[in-house]
Amino acid sequence: MEIARHWRLRRQRYALEGEQCGHCSRYIFPPRDICPHCGQEAGPVRSMSGKGEVYSFTVVHEPPTGYEAQAPYAVAIVKLEEGPLVTAQLTDVDAADIQIGMPVEMVTRKLRTDGAEGLIQYGYKFRPLLAAA
Amino acid sequence: MTESAKTESLHSPPPVMRPAKKTGIVGYGAYVPRYRLPGKEISRVWTEGNTPPTVPEKSVPGLDEDTVTMAIEAARNALARADIPPSEIGAVWVGSESHPYAVKPSSTIVGEAIGAAPNLLAADWEFACKAGSEAMQAAVGMVGSGMIRYALAVGMDTAQGRPGDALEYTAGAGGAAYLIGPAEDALATIEASYSFVTDTPDFWRRDRARYPSHGQRFTGEPAYFRHVTGAGRALLEGTGTTAKDYRFAVFHQPNPKFPQRAAELLGFSKDQIQAGLLCPQIGNTYAGSALIGLSAVLDRAEPGDRIFVVSFGSGAGSDAFQIVATDKLPERRTRAPRTADYVARRKEIDYGVYARYRGKLST
Repeated sequence: MEIARHWRLRRQRYALEGEQCGHCSRYIFPPRDICPHCGQEAGPVRSMSGKGEVYSFTVVHEPPTGYEAQAPYAVAIVKLEEGPLVTAQLTDVDAADIQIGMPVEMVTRKLRTDGAEGLIQYGYKFRPLLAAA
Repeated sequence: MTESAKTESLHSPPPVMRPAKKTGIVGYGAYVPRYRLPGKEISRVWTEGNTPPTVPEKSVPGLDEDTVTMAIEAARNALARADIPPSEIGAVWVGSESHPYAVKPSSTIVGEAIGAAPNLLAADWEFACKAGSEAMQAAVGMVGSGMIRYALAVGMDTAQGRPGDALEYTAGAGGAAYLIGPAEDALATIEASYSFVTDTPDFWRRDRARYPSHGQRFTGEPAYFRHVTGAGRALLEGTGTTAKDYRFAVFHQPNPKFPQRAAELLGFSKDQIQAGLLCPQIGNTYAGSALIGLSAVLDRAEPGDRIFVVSFGSGAGSDAFQIVATDKLPERRTRAPRTADYVARRKEIDYGVYARYRGKLST
């Protein structure tokens, strides 16, 4: 496991920290050096709200190494309300209930664990909006 | 007179605790995972259905959840209600007996995730089921002394139950987070608190042991009831109040019977404890138990309502708090999901799925 990489990305992974371009005002996630929309220098830092909707999804039954424990799980492209598309797992939902356009919100969950003694990686996933009782 | 009563009678109880500067709860948030295991499933697997379940069902964390992820969500809810910049939080303290790491604080992950890092204190607390309320006492102290403006105290657990053991019926998952701050910003003020602790070996888990052990019936009178009533009576006497002065009372709830009996011993009615009694729906959430009972009460309390809270942690001890709702509560509680929203979100699972989710199967 790349400990340094996980540590470097922690603000993105825990808080959806991206950018809002100072030139064209559009939102960027993950953060970049150059704004993909206007080609100017990107920044400043801005966290996304975590609200969005399912843009597309699939269900993974044959997981890559490191993700076996949670399979089967759904992976979605989520369109954040600020605009950026984010690829992430869906959680707290049955695969049969997932629909394109479904409103979702970001939660912080365990992404993977490096064996019984290694680091636990936490990061963003999305779940259906919590309903009021 | 018993030996312990003789010793205690030599010392009159000290006055209740009040910090130099009055504090209160500026934000609170609950969390309960989505999955529920009915007690009858446990009874079916281990006793052919012959053991009546202690509670109808208990909450079970998902495969990607642990005390850290659950504490983060409760803390975000508390922050949403407080509406303060996370950088003003001077301490993040997580109380639990299920910290995912033996060495590496849950609190630094929670502090980082809510944006409170890096200028703060952070540490994990361990005192069985009262680790969270102990963190609250410390938060009141540091905020009330003026050392920091806000402190986050969390009580959260994914409780371990040995397969087939009596505690497996109730060992649930959940808890709540409290942002303690100056009384003038509070949605509920903390009027006074008290703590009562002895060395009582009623329940423990040794280093590297997977499941806790307990002293069977020893967990009742010398442990739960002595400490809950010890702290509770001292708080009532020290504040010159009686049960009638409170609208709500919340007790640590390892099962539905203990808090009902403790309420009775201290003069509280069933009506007073009803709103904060979640054990029948989610089980015993250990360090989260009394604190999530309080969050359910804060979801309903009206300005001026007085709330009595007593936690209990094995080992053993109790923290007691007198809390009064302010006029800021009704609006602020609408800013995050209510405790009932999490309790109502439920997907029932059977014992096989539960065994997988809780890591009771090895491959």
